[in-house]
Amino acid sequence: MLIDTVFFYLFALLTLGGAILTITRRNAVHSAISLIVSLLGVAGLYLLQHAEFLFAVQIVLYVGGIMVLFLFVIMLVNLDQMAKERQFNRQWMVALAAVVAVGVEIGYFFYRGQDSFKLSEMVPPAPTMGNTEMLADVLFRDYLLPFEIASILLLVAVVGSVVMAKKRI
Amino acid sequence: MHPITEVHYLALSAALLLIGTIGVLTRRNIVIILMSIELILNAVNINLVAFSHVFGQVNGQIFAIFVIVDAVAEAAVGLGILIALFRNKETVLADEIDLLKW
Repeated sequence: MLIDTVFFYLFALLTLGGAILTITRRNAVHSAISLIVSLLGVAGLYLLQHAEFLFAVQIVLYVGGIMVLFLFVIMLVNLDQMAKERQFNRQWMVALAAVVAVGVEIGYFFYRGQDSFKLSEMVPPAPTMGNTEMLADVLFRDYLLPFEIASILLLVAVVGSVVMAKKRI
Repeated sequence: MHPITEVHYLALSAALLLIGTIGVLTRRNIVIILMSIELILNAVNINLVAFSHVFGQVNGQIFAIFVIVDAVAEAAVGLGILIALFRNKETVLADEIDLLKW
């Protein structure tokens, strides 16, 4: 139990610290590196909750795929002169006030609704098979149609990004 | 020390969501805005996996997989648009792109 607590706070620190660095760094490459740290923290949180398949997907897909794409685009659009400019837009005070208002609202919900968070006292049934096996069972039986729709979405995204990035069609 | 419950995960998820929202609303650089959207989607995923763990079912994790698929599609199309934009306007700052502004 204690080791769980220690690891939770470690991964939470990685996630939130990486996220804050991501949105405050001037250099976009530094932001991307901080985002990788944050995503690895989220992967650790998945592992703490016995979602081993999502842990692997998070590392392979996010850190290995999306972040390489981001770094590639950062190299492609030369951001050297952008780093010298103003980093925040003129409405940042309004935006910050709105976000603080939403944060206060969420905190109020947590405070008022804390009695309804007694969910952990329900003991979940012990898993009889591995996480990946259970995921595959549910994904290919109950969620087969959404799975196919997701594959069509990916196909459309591939075609769309090629069309967008092409010089002339 | 209190044991870690799902409330801890929900609070962490809310904090990550707010940080991502600050990034989307205040930064000028479109690449970093796209990164902040990834942060927001990750906050949603933490929430889904936490509830999936509490209820002992894997449906939440299935939805997390679909959210990841959406994030991949969004990143690919968004970065493609960004490249096309940079080729035409030579800028990646969000408030300098005001073609539709009257």
